[in-house]
Amino acid sequence: MSWQPVIGLEIHAQLSTASKLFSGASTAYGAEPNTQAALLDVAMPGTLPVPNRAVLDKAIAFGLAVDATIARQSVFARKNYFYPDLPKGYQISQYELPIVADGKLAVRLDDGRTLEVEIQRAHLEEDAGKSLHDAFHAATGLDFNRAGVPLLEIVSAPVLHSAQDAVAYLRTVHTLVRWLGVCDGNMAEGSFRCDANVSVRPAGETKLGTRTEIKNVNSFRFVEKAIEYEIERQVRALENGETIVQETRLYDAAAHRTFTMRSKEDADDYRYFPDPDLPPLVVTDVDIDAVRAALPELPDARRRRYVEALGLPEADATQLCADRATADYFEVAMSALGGDAKTCANWVLGELAAALNAANLVVEQSRVSAPALARLLARVREGAISGKIAKDVFAAMWAGEGDADAIIERRGLTQISDTGALAAAVDAVVAEFPAQLADYRAGNEKLLQFFVGQAMKRLRGQGNPQQLNALLRERLKI
Amino acid sequence: MASSIAQLAQDLRARKISAAELAQAALARAGARSELNAFITLDEATALVAAQRADAALATANAPALAGIPFAHKDIFCTNGIRTTCASRMLENFVPPYDAGVVERLRDVHAVSIGKTNMDEFAMGSSNENSHFGAVKNPWDATRVPGGSSGGSAAAVAAGIVPFATGTDTGGSVRQPAAFCGITGLKPTYGRVSRWGMIAYASSLDCAGVLARSAQDCMYALSAMAGHDPRDATSVARGLDNYDAALSSKLSNMKIGVAREYFGAGVDAGVAAAVRDALAQYERLGATLVDISLPNAHLAIPAYYVIAPAEASSNLARYDGVRYGHRCADPQTLEDLYTRSRGEGFGAEVRRRILVGTYALSAGYYDAYYLRAQRARRVIANDFSEAFKQVDLIAGPTAPTVAFKLGEKTADPLAMYAADVNTVAVNLAGLPAISIPAGFSDGLPVGLQLIAPAFAEGPLLAAAHQFQLATDWHTRSPGA
Repeated sequence: MSWQPVIGLEIHAQLSTASKLFSGASTAYGAEPNTQAALLDVAMPGTLPVPNRAVLDKAIAFGLAVDATIARQSVFARKNYFYPDLPKGYQISQYELPIVADGKLAVRLDDGRTLEVEIQRAHLEEDAGKSLHDAFHAATGLDFNRAGVPLLEIVSAPVLHSAQDAVAYLRTVHTLVRWLGVCDGNMAEGSFRCDANVSVRPAGETKLGTRTEIKNVNSFRFVEKAIEYEIERQVRALENGETIVQETRLYDAAAHRTFTMRSKEDADDYRYFPDPDLPPLVVTDVDIDAVRAALPELPDARRRRYVEALGLPEADATQLCADRATADYFEVAMSALGGDAKTCANWVLGELAAALNAANLVVEQSRVSAPALARLLARVREGAISGKIAKDVFAAMWAGEGDADAIIERRGLTQISDTGALAAAVDAVVAEFPAQLADYRAGNEKLLQFFVGQAMKRLRGQGNPQQLNALLRERLKI
Repeated sequence: MASSIAQLAQDLRARKISAAELAQAALARAGARSELNAFITLDEATALVAAQRADAALATANAPALAGIPFAHKDIFCTNGIRTTCASRMLENFVPPYDAGVVERLRDVHAVSIGKTNMDEFAMGSSNENSHFGAVKNPWDATRVPGGSSGGSAAAVAAGIVPFATGTDTGGSVRQPAAFCGITGLKPTYGRVSRWGMIAYASSLDCAGVLARSAQDCMYALSAMAGHDPRDATSVARGLDNYDAALSSKLSNMKIGVAREYFGAGVDAGVAAAVRDALAQYERLGATLVDISLPNAHLAIPAYYVIAPAEASSNLARYDGVRYGHRCADPQTLEDLYTRSRGEGFGAEVRRRILVGTYALSAGYYDAYYLRAQRARRVIANDFSEAFKQVDLIAGPTAPTVAFKLGEKTADPLAMYAADVNTVAVNLAGLPAISIPAGFSDGLPVGLQLIAPAFAEGPLLAAAHQFQLATDWHTRSPGA
């Protein structure tokens, strides 16, 4: 029998605000345990939550970007359960009336298909604290720095049918939230996390199979592997005549397997009810219009513009738009250069990307600024240096040796475009290699490159390649 | 201390007495009346420091009205550095690191707190018998309850220990003990006084209030306590009325609705008679009595005893033995830590309400209980809105009986709950109400409840004050 996997993702994106969702404590990552916990964050008796309005614009921006409905009134509810890292004994979340509902997101897949993924809802909630199981002997430490950090939980419909599609969707959301500036996307610090709901059903069946939930997988690669494993496990179980138990599972990356965390039988009844400490969260048309006006060009629109208006290949446009900083870098370079999108794209995706990668930097930290790159590319376009030399100059710029002009000047790299010098070199190589000349003239045109190479050698690499080519072609004909 | 706040304020300014002397006298009376068990904590050191500061403020011009006036806080308001127990074993040794909004405001006007009063555990009760620190006795009859949950505050005021005390009112917890102890108890509009630092029982109903010997004294306390607090999202951003100026409003054009449902089967004849006499007095003062109906009044008790426990079950989840409060000895597992810490830390009534509330919110029961109770809440509020189209205030007995005997209802929680019949609807609708002494039945005080539209504390206090100018029920005090 053939099986169809059905996957839905619940993504937790930490909204980048300076203070927490309901308290004034800082959200900065990495502080000493419990130094960023206000009275509310440790649930002191008598403390009360007050919503941080800064989360609203971020949630609205996300909602608008996925073409969703923004609730004019959304309601905070309490999700009740006992756990030591949950100081109040309940998590403040949104349940029946989330701030964002009924959105959709176009996901471009590697094979060129576009998936439209339905986003059922995105709601605001507070994060829990952290249990430190290894910090103390025979005791668990509790760090409430994370408690109350604002999260946007983005819930997709169960419409994804492979681990690859699920990860493509996850990456698209990751790009979008960073693009919008609503989340820093840092998966290592837990700012962007994902739970996957996975089920399988016989191909052609419309009813959903029993699902399991894989909790908190924190890298794209592990999400893909965890879902793949889970699909295989479920198919294997069903083919062996077993049934799938609805449960929460964890992924063990080292062993590449998922295992039971808790089954539905001992799952909590969360006893959701509207939080009486918090009046409904009101969003006005004015709030929404202000966010809409400040919304950046979205990644998909920009990708389309790069293809349609700038004539870039789909692949280049997609890669450039993988994050906003890269796309912005490209645009600054291109406008400083005054056009020549393809050259800029090649350099941004080629030399620059390689250099960033090697230095383990992101584009915002690039050692060569976009205007500086544009000045280098301008020298190439003018014919002052060749593309090949430009790569050396770029490496020197990256190493901090100064800007393109200074390096070209200091190293004497200006391209030889003087016809006399080029012709002298051409004459010399024609004279030096009579056998090859005869061969060429007998029809072995591949030898043109041999002569170009020899002439370039005499010119110490600084000959203008186009001119040299043309001169040789002419000279070899005779 | 039989003097009014106005009289004390005058004496303080005339240097007839100092704030320090007043505080010491109040502490001495509290000590002398320790058999009432009205206080959980007396804090002489803090009181005397505050009194010194008050005396310094009184030496300047424009000292606030309450400067140097001794009072007591219900032990539900967090006080920085002073233990705050909520009358629970769970918080027996809990010392808050911060002050409640109400505590700050009263300190800012240099009122002098002498200590923390006894109460029903976590404000759950109508008799003050549910206290880890023991029951409070009614100053009028030591074999009777003072009412609850603010029973310690009511007894302290009625016994003349302090001229006023703070309380909280979730279903009648200020008004009913005021009625049982023959004093005046004001529950303001929900949102008028900050809940920051007031330990939560049922958040949508909890309201800080004041117990004093007169409406005028309540007015002074309310003027200091009320106002917007950005730390409480349910606090209302609305300017304060001048309650002092409002007191002098006459009753000539006032229409008082007499709700027939408030004189139903459970009301003692003696209580009903005293209240009817008081209403006749209102007519003599120029008010018009209008018979009205609050047809959904019977829904108030069932709705309240679903909503309040539901919220409580969640509000009290934080007491888990992990960060503060009672922790069981030598927990073996997490489950064991929770079960024993909570089982040992909470008293029977608190456990009962947590269980009821947990049940009401559970999957499969939520619609039948919690949602239905919320619908009932809306129709109850709507009854009041309709009534206030015809009348300015609504009147009735605060409680259906006078103070009952200690132990009389402890075995029957439902009988205890039924005693809240006339008070809980007011909390469900979020309205302001006051209980004022209206006479006696069998030698025990009877309270008249007046209910006003939201934020009409001014007219409400005026109606009470005008009555007290014409009567002397509020000046009667029990012998020591």
